[in-house]
Amino acid sequence: MSDRLIYFFLGLFGLAALVVPLLPVVLARFIAPKRPGPVKQQPYECGMEVEGDAWVQFRMHYYLFAILFVVFDVEALFLFPWAVIFRKAGLAGLAAIGIFVGVLLLGWIYAWQEGALEWEQ
Amino acid sequence: MGTVILPPWVWTLIGMIVPMVLILALAPVAMMYLTWLERKVIARIQDRVGPNRVGPYGLLQPLADGIKMLTKEDLVPAGADQLCHFLAPVLIVVPSLFLFTLLPFGPGWAAAPLKTGLLFFVAIGSLGTLAIFMAGWGSRNKFSLLGAARTAAQLIAYEVPLVLGLAVVPMITGTMDLGQIVMAQQGRWFITTPWGLTGFFLLLTAGLAEVNRTPFDLPEAESEIVAGFHTEYSGMKFALFYMAEFLSTLALAGLLSTLFLGGWRGPVLPPPLWLGLKTVALVCVMIWFRGTFPRFRMDQLMGFAWKVMLPLSLANLVGAACWALIPGVWGDGAAVGVVAVTFLVTTQLWLAPKPQLTKKWSSRILDQR
Repeated sequence: MSDRLIYFFLGLFGLAALVVPLLPVVLARFIAPKRPGPVKQQPYECGMEVEGDAWVQFRMHYYLFAILFVVFDVEALFLFPWAVIFRKAGLAGLAAIGIFVGVLLLGWIYAWQEGALEWEQ
Repeated sequence: MGTVILPPWVWTLIGMIVPMVLILALAPVAMMYLTWLERKVIARIQDRVGPNRVGPYGLLQPLADGIKMLTKEDLVPAGADQLCHFLAPVLIVVPSLFLFTLLPFGPGWAAAPLKTGLLFFVAIGSLGTLAIFMAGWGSRNKFSLLGAARTAAQLIAYEVPLVLGLAVVPMITGTMDLGQIVMAQQGRWFITTPWGLTGFFLLLTAGLAEVNRTPFDLPEAESEIVAGFHTEYSGMKFALFYMAEFLSTLALAGLLSTLFLGGWRGPVLPPPLWLGLKTVALVCVMIWFRGTFPRFRMDQLMGFAWKVMLPLSLANLVGAACWALIPGVWGDGAAVGVVAVTFLVTTQLWLAPKPQLTKKWSSRILDQR
């Protein structure tokens, strides 16, 4: 199969795969009882009265981890093409990717040193 | 007998529909029996018998569970985001089904033999994070949101070592095609190489975190945040989250077998059976982990990912480069040395008590007095 055909297959597969989760959910809609009530539909809070809203602001700290993640995921994205031609690229390629990863590692050491990697402050 | 000549595109279409139907029909069945296997093995570990009432050895238990789930009421909290709440379980199952199209079950027997299969696997595999966050946000429940935020933090933390850990395989084989990677393991499984062994353990650990299994099951830590992101789900939608989790576990074990344990390679038995055996063996190891390991604490979990796994996966890249460039025992030694030194240094930096921390603690006690 050519690559284009494979992607066509994957698209087709994605549509067909929707059947697997949708079929039981739709089936359950016909079979399962449906008796909603004001108390039943409260958000679950271990039986206590619901206090305040759940849609609140996040801790800033999640943002730091997200930024770090983006940095290293993009790094990985650049690493893969290099990895495939690693033997052909030779020492020059190794040096280039070494500098690239090295710069990011410096950033990582800085982040650690600044306490960005600590979960609790 | 008159043979009907079909145009070639019909054959192409049939060639697509057959593997599609096979995967879509067999994956849920495999998932159902995985739940049975897990319950049986966990029961044995805990000195119980496990499901044994429905059918011989409880073999019909998954079916009974399925019927039970179908007849349960589907509750949606009053203030919830209806669309998010509905779409999340659907969208979490679809990517985990995709993963099975990429695995080669025999020589050239992958449903989608992509040249960039490895990258596609990671890309599709990480889509689950989105669905989990949709579930947490859409439920409008504090526990759900807390669980979803934790899960997102955990998944992105372990995504990094997972992806970096995977990069050693294309380095050595020069291809991201999963079928070609199995071909390259002719005579020597990659787990027998130093970088392969490290990579295997890195990916097993990061993979367990990616599929939220013990000891990384904090998103569902029932003693702290009820059921995490799927607190507000019931009935079939709840079952779909478990389906996605088990399917991802199975696909992860399949990927690990493909990359490091020689994939479908093995004597006598047919190739798909070998892949199946290796996958089930790995799944049993994961169940064994679940039966024996305590759960991580959240700060340990994040610290381990960012402070140990990340440098270790980068060190493994260096190790693989040494192994490929330096011939003989020296290459092996260099690969082992780089990884071992990195591991020792990072764990030391991570776990060793920090002087300023003790000072803070003592001053706090003094202030109380």
